[in-house]
Amino acid sequence: MSGLGNIRGWLLAEVPKSKWQARGQRFYIGWLAFRANPVAMAGLIIVAGLVLVALLAPWITASDGLEPDLPNRLQPPSAEHWFGTDQLGRDIYDRIIWGSRITLYIVGLVAIIVVPIGLVIGTIAGYVGGLVDSVLMRLTDIFLAFPRLILAMAFVAVLGPGLENAVLAIALTTWSPFARIARAEALTIRNSEFILAAQVQGVSTVGILTRHVTPLCLSSVIVRLTLDMAGIILTAAGLGFLGLGAQPPTPEWGAMISLGRQYLIDQWWVPTVPGIAILVVSLGFNLLGDGLRDVFDPKSGA
Amino acid sequence: MGLTSASSGQTAGSGLAPPSVLVSIIGVMVSLTLTFIGLTAITFVISRVMPVDPVLAIVGDRASDEVYQQVYLQLGLDKPIYIQYLRYLGQLAEGDLGTSIMTAQPVIDDILRFFPATLELATVATLLGIFVGVPAGVFAAVHQGRWPDHIVRVVALLGYSAPIFWLGLVALLIFYANLGWVAGPGRLDVFYDGIVEPKSGILLLDAALADEWDIFHNALSHLILPASILGTFALAYIARMTRSFMLDQLSQEYILTARVKGIPERQVIWRHAFRNVLVQLITIIGLTYASLLEGSVLTETVFSWPGIGQYITHSLFNNDMNAVLGGTIVVGVCFVGINMLSDLLYRLVDPRVR
Repeated sequence: MSGLGNIRGWLLAEVPKSKWQARGQRFYIGWLAFRANPVAMAGLIIVAGLVLVALLAPWITASDGLEPDLPNRLQPPSAEHWFGTDQLGRDIYDRIIWGSRITLYIVGLVAIIVVPIGLVIGTIAGYVGGLVDSVLMRLTDIFLAFPRLILAMAFVAVLGPGLENAVLAIALTTWSPFARIARAEALTIRNSEFILAAQVQGVSTVGILTRHVTPLCLSSVIVRLTLDMAGIILTAAGLGFLGLGAQPPTPEWGAMISLGRQYLIDQWWVPTVPGIAILVVSLGFNLLGDGLRDVFDPKSGA
Repeated sequence: MGLTSASSGQTAGSGLAPPSVLVSIIGVMVSLTLTFIGLTAITFVISRVMPVDPVLAIVGDRASDEVYQQVYLQLGLDKPIYIQYLRYLGQLAEGDLGTSIMTAQPVIDDILRFFPATLELATVATLLGIFVGVPAGVFAAVHQGRWPDHIVRVVALLGYSAPIFWLGLVALLIFYANLGWVAGPGRLDVFYDGIVEPKSGILLLDAALADEWDIFHNALSHLILPASILGTFALAYIARMTRSFMLDQLSQEYILTARVKGIPERQVIWRHAFRNVLVQLITIIGLTYASLLEGSVLTETVFSWPGIGQYITHSLFNNDMNAVLGGTIVVGVCFVGINMLSDLLYRLVDPRVR
């Protein structure tokens, strides 16, 4: 008990004694604000649940969700098959669980591509300024003005349908807001004294950008990324639904809806359950993003 | 949604030294042109990267070498890439988007035939979004923190988070298959097909003009479900933004002044606060409309709505690249155009931006 009290005291001390204490404190105070927000907590629970389900998939499913079992096709939900079975007799519950890995894979891959591109372009534009800034921001604006789904469709048309190509197409139309955020952050701190101090010490431009400017952009970028996750999931599911994303027999939720479409009227559970999964996960990311924004950036609450 | 930050960023930038209206109009035109060049450059690159030989697509694989060479030169494929791009721009300017393999007609004709259906759908959806979303947003803001606010916020979040194609399927199941309240997929019952002459291509308008009220009702019955589903997103976005704009205004001092002066609350809300919100809403509504034109792709697939989205999707599966790229450009140009137009309108209406 006193151990916990000590940690709390350390986390809430008036004057932090080390860099690590300061960081820990900031995180802890943010967490306290976050915890007091029930909506944000609901979002966190959903997203954490998604991650947990994806990690535990081999242990909480009875099958890999890929093997057809034709005698048991289109079974309604029951004790044995919680969400029923699909047109090939595969257990929909198992497929939903395995599908959570694909959803995480999509959002993770998009994030890995999009955030570095946005950060590099944005920080360079904001920090260097002048002509470089104009050119880079013009480029960003062009991508910002593109219709996302249509462009993604055109890209997939060239690259061929498939999960990775869908991810690439989504990434191409998603990076620009991150560049804008990073640029705005870089602009505000460009003339601050600690940057000047770093310059005087002879830190290179690349060093300043990576070690001083980028870390300060991260909180806004994370908030934006969380809020964008829902859109990414919906676009990926939409591409899957159109047959341009993940291909069968991959248990991608959008593709599952597409394949289950013709059974809508008599076997409603086949297309309905994956839709609910998409809805819940995208709602979770939206709630979490709203909450994170309230914590990190209370002024811009839209 | 990203565009909100774009336009507000531009607004903030021009706020330092107030430029004249003319300068801001020129600015919008320049960025419109640049965006258009970017859009065409991307579709051009896509059309060149494609693993389809454009010459073979025309002459067929049994043509002799001479014919092949002739067409090769005719298409200007021997020229440097930037000349080819300029040629491509020239063709676009003439409205030449190539010929569709699927329909064997000029792509531009196809698009003109399919576009009104999308326009009709997106327009009705946006109107639904405005007429439900704006009052809902105002209502939520006025009752901030109490149950009307919570309900509006939850509904808006659900509208934001739901996959639109799935929502369409569920709506078809409930309102068409089970309750039978509305007509099913498509724009008209087969029975009514081809009676009204397509003057504008917008069925509601054509039927009303031709005084065919049976057809009007049938078209409306077909339209209402896809429009509501597509409008859900508009509703969610508009309600959310209206709420936040209203909250912003209601916390300002002039509202307090008005209240202290004893002006009835109703007038304070609608005549004072809402007036200022209206200006900001222009951009939001423009954004919504543009995104619905694009977003109708999925709704059209679910409801077999013969619009541009379905045209692009079908062409995609038939490897009809001219049609896909033509459709992409047309939707892209509309998207960019509407966004720029609302940006421009905003600058003209809001005296602070001027």
